[in-house]
Amino acid sequence: MSLLELDQLEKSYGTVSALSGLSLSVPSGCLYGLLGPNGAGKTTALRILATLLAPDQGRVVVAGVDALQEPRTVRQLMGYVAQEVAIDKILTGRELLALQGDLYHLPRQDRNHRIDQLVDRMSMGDWIDRRCGTYSGGMRRRLDLASGLLHQPQLLVLDEPTVGLDIESRAVIWEVLRDLRDQGTTILLSSHYLEEVEALADRMAIIDAGHVIAEGAPEALKRELGGDRVTLRVREFSDQPEAERVRQLLEVVDGVRRIVINRAQGYSLNLVVDGEHVLSALKQRLASEAFEVFSLSQSRPSLDDVYLQATGRTLMDAELAVAGQRDPKQERRQSMR
Amino acid sequence: MTSPALGTNPSNSDNGSAIAELLQETFALTRRLFLQLQRRPSTLVAGVLQPLIWLVLFGALFSRAPEGLLPGGMSYGRFLGAGVIVFTAFSAALNAGLPVMFDREFGFLNRLLVAPLRSRSSIVLASVIYITTLSLVQSLAIMLTASLLGYGWPGAAGLLLVMVTLLLLVFAVTALSLGLAFALPGHIELIAVIFVANLPLLFASTALAPLSFMPPWLGWLASLNPLTFAIEPIRAAYAGPLDLSSVLLEAPYGSVTGTTCLLVLTLLTAALFLLIRPLLNRKLA
Repeated sequence: MSLLELDQLEKSYGTVSALSGLSLSVPSGCLYGLLGPNGAGKTTALRILATLLAPDQGRVVVAGVDALQEPRTVRQLMGYVAQEVAIDKILTGRELLALQGDLYHLPRQDRNHRIDQLVDRMSMGDWIDRRCGTYSGGMRRRLDLASGLLHQPQLLVLDEPTVGLDIESRAVIWEVLRDLRDQGTTILLSSHYLEEVEALADRMAIIDAGHVIAEGAPEALKRELGGDRVTLRVREFSDQPEAERVRQLLEVVDGVRRIVINRAQGYSLNLVVDGEHVLSALKQRLASEAFEVFSLSQSRPSLDDVYLQATGRTLMDAELAVAGQRDPKQERRQSMR
Repeated sequence: MTSPALGTNPSNSDNGSAIAELLQETFALTRRLFLQLQRRPSTLVAGVLQPLIWLVLFGALFSRAPEGLLPGGMSYGRFLGAGVIVFTAFSAALNAGLPVMFDREFGFLNRLLVAPLRSRSSIVLASVIYITTLSLVQSLAIMLTASLLGYGWPGAAGLLLVMVTLLLLVFAVTALSLGLAFALPGHIELIAVIFVANLPLLFASTALAPLSFMPPWLGWLASLNPLTFAIEPIRAAYAGPLDLSSVLLEAPYGSVTGTTCLLVLTLLTAALFLLIRPLLNRKLA
């Protein structure tokens, strides 16, 4: 049963379309990853879900409640951890959590008890009574996650929860998210870190240009691609002519696909093979022309390969493509009420 | 150690009446503003210091004003006192929108808006409570200092009138400032408006000089200026026995009594709150 349904969401800012028919269904108790490059529409989708933004079209349903009809009920069901951590620098972390608890109408005793629990759980005890202005990015993120969890929401929504974080904070956050999932909380997180989605998500959607282009369990998505990724070297440092010769040799081997010469890696060759048996054929073919195999590594397809397959470019390239196009000032204005 | 339950608590929806929830959230939001003030008291201090400097310097500047210039042979210090009290409350209230504007700009407002607030008017209400308290405390500080300087003290009834008058003015100006905080694009613009509005409104009122002292055009401005309608009742409260039906101001368009002054302030407050309501509804929808 799905706890969250996003149905054909459309949203434009002026002439720029941020979402174009985004649909998503998040099963109850699932840790769901939303993967996409910057500018794909992740934040817009999550802001609509958090009732901060009205879509031009489409429906949002959380636990059977229409978020556009009954936003207050949905706000109560949901914890939302935004990307830009807005914090009151003058308050201490504990005071901020207390404020948050009061905004969710927790009874005072429950509130304080909950705060103690979360401070303990997220190792915030050393600094929670200091003013937020002194916190590092990681501390702020942990505090923000704690404030999203204070009222024990059924659905936790996180926008890029570990972007730019130190390793310790990231580990704490990942662990907390896994625990929460194990205890039945449904979690939706957006990320442009492949390894984050890979490490955490039970299910995921790849989102590009405002809609979902692939959806499923990460393992299943990778399996669907088929084949293994192979990196091959015939010498430690090869050169272009040699690499070209090897490529021509291997192109005719049955079951070898998509051979790419990777200049940056000393003219190694990246290719896709359909199973073990192809490797021995490949080695035989090389031996017949007196090439040695200096190194050969084999790996299952990664999420990056999934992304590449779905969009025709790597996630990194997609990020670079939009890097210069975004206007932070414009985006800040859009998020301002 | 057993790991504390982090997960879902389904029995977490309604724990009291709507009123109790409204009080809880308003109290929490107000408390935040006062904590900020307590830890960054510079606004409070500056808000008292500035009018105090006015009082001392302006009072000295005109202390040798010819006798008979002021109504009832009042000393200038005494005359100025009412103006400075009103100016204090006015300036404080004019800044009401600034914290709200910063919350908009830094995204803290979004944090409030994703919470299931019983009513989002609690955000506005907290600001009104905070700024009203702040400006009344500042005005009282000025009144006490003025009385130490020998500029007098209103009686009990007079004090009540002073407080009511200030409250009305503060409500009106707070509404205006909060409206601006939601209408303007950023704090730079808001500060610019505050800066531009502040002094001219003071000069074009009866705070520093009586109407009889002004050229006719300025007299017209001053007798339409809301500050004048706050200054005159307070000046009367300081001057002696309280009579709201007595004429406080001989405006170019006719005589203005104390009752009229309070009525005008009340209407102004109501009008401003009605005016900003659609804006707040839209921004906080």
